[in-house]
Amino acid sequence: MSHFTAIIGHIGGVVLLFGRTLRFLGTLPRQRARFVEQCYLIGYTSLPIVTILSFFIGSVLALQSGYSMENFGAKQFIGTLVGLTMARELGPVMVAILIAGRVGSAITAELASMKVYQEIDALTTMNIPPERMLVLPRIAAIIFMMPVLAIIANLCGWYGGALICEYTSSISVDSEAYFTALKAYMKSQDIVDGLIKAEVFGVVIITVCCYIGLNTRGGPREIGGSVTKAVVTSLILILVLDYFVTKALLFS
Amino acid sequence: MSTAFTASPFVGKTFGITVSKLNKQFGKTTVLRDIDLEIRPGEIFCIMGPSGSGKTVLLKHIAGLEKATSGDVRIGEYDAADPETRNKVHLALVFQAGALFNSLSVYDNLALYPREHRECNEAGIRERVMRALSILSLEKAVNKFPSDLSGGMKKRVAIARALVMEPQLLLYDEPTSELDPVMSATLTEIIATLREQTAVTSVVVTHDRDLAFAIADRMAFVMEGRIRGVGKPGDFKNPTDPVIANFLNPVIDLKNPRFKQLEHSHE
Repeated sequence: MSHFTAIIGHIGGVVLLFGRTLRFLGTLPRQRARFVEQCYLIGYTSLPIVTILSFFIGSVLALQSGYSMENFGAKQFIGTLVGLTMARELGPVMVAILIAGRVGSAITAELASMKVYQEIDALTTMNIPPERMLVLPRIAAIIFMMPVLAIIANLCGWYGGALICEYTSSISVDSEAYFTALKAYMKSQDIVDGLIKAEVFGVVIITVCCYIGLNTRGGPREIGGSVTKAVVTSLILILVLDYFVTKALLFS
Repeated sequence: MSTAFTASPFVGKTFGITVSKLNKQFGKTTVLRDIDLEIRPGEIFCIMGPSGSGKTVLLKHIAGLEKATSGDVRIGEYDAADPETRNKVHLALVFQAGALFNSLSVYDNLALYPREHRECNEAGIRERVMRALSILSLEKAVNKFPSDLSGGMKKRVAIARALVMEPQLLLYDEPTSELDPVMSATLTEIIATLREQTAVTSVVVTHDRDLAFAIADRMAFVMEGRIRGVGKPGDFKNPTDPVIANFLNPVIDLKNPRFKQLEHSHE
């Protein structure tokens, strides 16, 4: 029971942190430098890994679907399958997982270290709310960068699939047929749904990671513990929320 | 040494502190027990006591960084634990380890407060920062990062950061630890001069007997979470309380039988 109440307490804490951060939304224009810095750290530095991984995820998806769809004589629909899967599911989920591992862990480590070494206390006594200076620029940056990363992941995945279809002899679906199939059954709403999911995941990851970092207590050892907790919690939340957000988007 | 401080909108208003029946527990450990204190506006009040006696926890309650288990702390008429109080009282805390922002240079550490609160333009901020740095002889460290500084320099930067804030209530946690005797003396002068020029109420948590007796208007001794004695420095020149007397004038016994075991272990 105490675990259950602790979980409810943490959920409440995350929601409160998000709410308190939104109260400072009006200060964002004068925090341009911090916002741009966070966009660079969250978005630009994540680009290489997002590009490489999504390219290979699209490639593997094309390979696997080519192998199984050949039995049904449905190879011409590989483009549709890769396109929809990347846009609606794998693009946003994979980017979210990468952000949780790469950016979320770094944010938690930084904020936990600031907490342990009393920098957060120093901010509090200086009447500078940590939500305004530390959380808001990060949440704003993820809202701005997450769709960009998801679109890049989609494009790389689609082109990875196209390349495999073209140059794998057992599949041999040319790029033109692949992209025709991709476009034929994909609506703009599919892409928008994927971007909405990416936004939800991004905001949840960053808020949770900030919350865990800011609530670290103890010494340097607890910083590592907080990072592990932040990444594990983010991964669980991504997959749980994926189900509910997908259901809401499909049946709304 | 030049220690001229410009008047901020806050300077001129002074606040006293009232601690009433303050108790603090961490889990099953009681750190503060029934603390009652009255710190008058504009005075320098030193809190002394052995390590682990609860001095810093008491200071954190005054700064609003800890919530009391029971009892309360008031700054003037405001509740110290209420975040809104920081909008009404200009408070600065010099942390024992400095608590500098490691990702910012010394200049940006000092400039953060006036920038965030938009107290003046960049030229005014620069003037305030450079004046605070010059008081603590830190001009050469202006572009360095905290990781490049010694422990003593970090402490001085932390004090300079507090000066830039032009506070009405200035709290020091072990301000002279890690400082050499010359810098300790300078800091003693700074605390006293600041009070003279700005009427700032100062609370100093310290082990440093020389500092406390040089600057304190009044002092309190905290032992095992309780107030053991409160009074003027003159009241403690020859203390009648044996515990306070032993703390202020510890007897160094090189032949203490307790340490016989150490001799044996080295044989």
